Amino acid sequence: MAEAQTTEKPRSFQELILRLQSYWAAKGCAILQPYDMEVGAGTFHPATTLRALGSKSWAAAYVQPSRRPTDGRYGDNPNRLQHYYQYQVLIKPSPPDLQELYLGSLKAIGIDAALHDIRFVEDDWESPTLGAWGLGWEVWCDGMEVSQFTYFQQVGGHDCHPVSGELTYGLERLAMYVLGVDHVMDMPYNDPEADIALSYGDVFRQTEGEYSRWNFDLADTDTLFQHFKDAEAECQRILDAPADDPKTGRRIVMAHPAYDQCIKASHIFNLLDARGVISVTERQAYIGRVRTLAKACADAFVQTEAGGWQAEPAAAQ
Amino acid sequence: MADLLIELFSEEIPARMQARAAKDLQKLVTDGLVEAGLTYGGAHAFSTPRRLALAVEDLPAMSPATREERKGPRVDAPEKALEGFLRSTGLSREQLEERDDKKGRVFFAVIEKPGRPAEEIIAEVLEAAIRNFPWPKSMRWGAGSLRWVRPLHSILCILSDEAGTNVVPMEVDGISAGDTTKGHRFLAPASFSVSSFEDYEAKLKRAHVILSAAERAETIAHDAEQLAFAKGLQLVEDKGLLAEVSGLVEWPVVLLGDVAEDFHGLPPEVLQTSMKEHQKFFSVRDAAKGQIVSFVTVANMEAADQGATILAGNQKVLAARLSDAKFFWENDLRVAQSEGLEAWTARLENVTFHNKLGSQAARIERIAALAATLAPMVGADRALATQAAKVAKADLSSEMVYEFPELQGLMGRYYSKAAGLPDEVAIACEEHYSPLGPSDSVPTAPVSVAVSLADKLDTLTGFWAIDEKPTGSKDPFALRRAALGVIRLVLSNGLRVHLDRVIDAQLLRHEIEEGDEKKQALLAAVLDEIAHHGVFGAAVRALIDKIEGDAPAWVGQVTAHLPDTSDDLLAFIHDRLKVHLRDQGIRHDVIDACLAMPHNDDLTLLVSRAEALQAFLGTEDGENLVQGFKRANNILSQAEAADGVEYSFGPEAKLAEAAEEKALFAALDAAEPAIASALKAEDFAAAMARIAALRAPIDAFFEGVQVNAESEVLRRNRLNLLHRTRQVCSQVADLSRLEG
Repeated sequence: MAEAQTTEKPRSFQELILRLQSYWAAKGCAILQPYDMEVGAGTFHPATTLRALGSKSWAAAYVQPSRRPTDGRYGDNPNRLQHYYQYQVLIKPSPPDLQELYLGSLKAIGIDAALHDIRFVEDDWESPTLGAWGLGWEVWCDGMEVSQFTYFQQVGGHDCHPVSGELTYGLERLAMYVLGVDHVMDMPYNDPEADIALSYGDVFRQTEGEYSRWNFDLADTDTLFQHFKDAEAECQRILDAPADDPKTGRRIVMAHPAYDQCIKASHIFNLLDARGVISVTERQAYIGRVRTLAKACADAFVQTEAGGWQAEPAAAQ
Repeated sequence: MADLLIELFSEEIPARMQARAAKDLQKLVTDGLVEAGLTYGGAHAFSTPRRLALAVEDLPAMSPATREERKGPRVDAPEKALEGFLRSTGLSREQLEERDDKKGRVFFAVIEKPGRPAEEIIAEVLEAAIRNFPWPKSMRWGAGSLRWVRPLHSILCILSDEAGTNVVPMEVDGISAGDTTKGHRFLAPASFSVSSFEDYEAKLKRAHVILSAAERAETIAHDAEQLAFAKGLQLVEDKGLLAEVSGLVEWPVVLLGDVAEDFHGLPPEVLQTSMKEHQKFFSVRDAAKGQIVSFVTVANMEAADQGATILAGNQKVLAARLSDAKFFWENDLRVAQSEGLEAWTARLENVTFHNKLGSQAARIERIAALAATLAPMVGADRALATQAAKVAKADLSSEMVYEFPELQGLMGRYYSKAAGLPDEVAIACEEHYSPLGPSDSVPTAPVSVAVSLADKLDTLTGFWAIDEKPTGSKDPFALRRAALGVIRLVLSNGLRVHLDRVIDAQLLRHEIEEGDEKKQALLAAVLDEIAHHGVFGAAVRALIDKIEGDAPAWVGQVTAHLPDTSDDLLAFIHDRLKVHLRDQGIRHDVIDACLAMPHNDDLTLLVSRAEALQAFLGTEDGENLVQGFKRANNILSQAEAADGVEYSFGPEAKLAEAAEEKALFAALDAAEPAIASALKAEDFAAAMARIAALRAPIDAFFEGVQVNAESEVLRRNRLNLLHRTRQVCSQVADLSRLEG
């Protein structure tokens, strides 16, 4: 029975997500919730970026809503969205059978390896904004990129040791493929036989239009430039604060609040990019500024307990 | 004799690294074996996406024992010397022998090394090879510290002879060598053991793995051609793609699918680029229609449904990609037809080219201004060159180029045509980026040449103006390539351009503050004067002197640092020219001799000088003349140095005494007008030939005439004659700079 259930195809977008959730839960991952900020990709979630640092073991999986303003197409394009979902898995240290585990997850969502052509094609991942890079592949299923598979080597300028294995699934694309849907807006969101059956378009078509218009034509660039500067300044200010909190008398390094500002700066940069006001050469400068923040946050995180910091053992009395 | 088989089995190795890695494995292992005394009969290396393999034949079971004798210090040498000898030989004092030598009694060390079993050597050599493998990029994984291109899973290392097969015991970072491997990831995932290379290759094939990359490539090429042929179509050959795809599969299964008719109208370059870059598809052409109508994809899977699902999936992905491309194409065409390409150029006002060099739109304005100046010099219509420069980069605002940056220029050509612009303009859009590299073709259409040259010169002067020059291996703005582009454009079109003037004018354009429009007319006049007559021309001065009221800030630049920057840039171009000409076999001293001549900013003139000189030096006359010239030059320089005067007064023929002296006068008198007219016609070969004819009278002069005559009058006249000779000979190139 169980076998039959896993090879049967999911019938909706949400069922595919639920299957991934239970698969990775069964493999021992903590199922986290999305980060409550606008990010460009699931990697930005501190559960990936920050937790890939330091020596502590980690295993987490989560859905992350992601925004790429330049990809907005007013809901008209069958494959492009300015707001979409990524499914993210991060395991540290990377287990030796990570490829097998990954292929198991494809099976769980109904991709039968005997009928499809699944390939690991070189794709070295680099995030200039996060000062991070890793080696791995994009995974192709019948010529379509269905996931990104990366062994993190560096994050925020720090060498990763142990190395984390990261999997990122583009959920809409993957689901469209599995469900055999040609236009993302036609994809069943919930059970197509439910009393109130909703398509992806019922949920998101309108918002895609609204955001596309705002992203491309209305977002106020002066305000955004100012917000960028504010986030940058606030990030630095948080990190400049001494570790010892005068009020509680505890050592509190505020890596996460600072990192929130870094995420903010990164998203504002993406918005400015969509407005077409950042040139190729300026891009580099802005990316460099975000990277500086990311590196500073990484430096701070490794000074926290989650990042592997340990208090000096108290001197013997 | 035994045969060695090694397989390093890992997660997927990037296709582009596999061939090189197989070679490296072979070299590292065989070099290591030989160094340790193990010779071998032959070696072959292989690669697939998941494995590197190496077969080495005919290895001895042991390395040979060695015996080495080394002479040490004398017995009575200081203790320090003996200590050093013991350290270097690894022996103790008791193990040394004392022998009589010519120098007396000395220590001798006899170092005997027994042979070592092949297994031991192989284990060491393979471990070193794995740990020091020269991957272009490597990584760590899990909690380990070993580096490999992707996680390394297993090592197969066996040595087999008539007696049987043994695993070579070894271990690297927790991975122990064994005699097992695995087949195809999906078709034959179980592990199996192997006993020899033949067994390995055969069992792999049964397990759906073709070990040889060449065999995989052949299979793909053959099957793809057959599939296309069967449908009356033609495979578009692509060797690079074939090599890449062969590295993506262990068991190639070739499938042919159709490009939906909707997309046949897209430019073929767009189809090909999209299919190759994104999908690694080969394009298949319908020769009759001249369109790309199908594609070939190579799967790594023999599926139960004969690939129907795989093909359907690939077709769907392609359709999605191409609908994007079509959407961009149609949107772009709409803009080009309704608003024109200028609308796109205008949008580039918001795009910064470089924070110190202003927007793309400002850059385009400067390029257009320079293209207009250059147009008459390259035989282009001024209005067309200006128009072309103004739209050549418009496609950077188009959606297609945003998506496929490698199509820049080409899309400009399509969109210019759609906008009804003249053909020359459309062609210039595509060609103005060329030449991109040393072997890229050079535009010849005058309008393309004007825009291309202006584009490159604007880039060079811009980065020189803000002092962002290439240093060492760093050249982030590809300025060396731009300089080579200028050189190749000038030379292959035989252009006659005074680069320094054009550079001066363009440098000044970079110094102008935006919005300085009051003096626009004056500026235009100054720039035009500079481009045609140089910065220091009287006309430029006169124009600047006429300025009434406050002079604009840029006026200061005309005289301040502009000339230095300009000289520096010209020197950079000359350096690149030397590299370029050296590749074509022209000696560097020949170039130096020509660079010392005036108008060296006219590269065509410079190179025709150099070519004439190089050809001349290849002749016997030429070589001898240079010797004669050097002799004259040496005598003259020494005399000038000793006497503290310059012997540049004209020598007088009536003072000539010796016949050889008179003959040299006569020869110079005859040669000078002929050389002058050859130079006027810029016929350097003819000028050199006339100079070469002076060889005999010069040689005869030195043979029969004593320069340092007793009579001071005679001596001075002869030195003056040598001076005249030197001058006459130096009219094509400064021969004193030649070596040897």
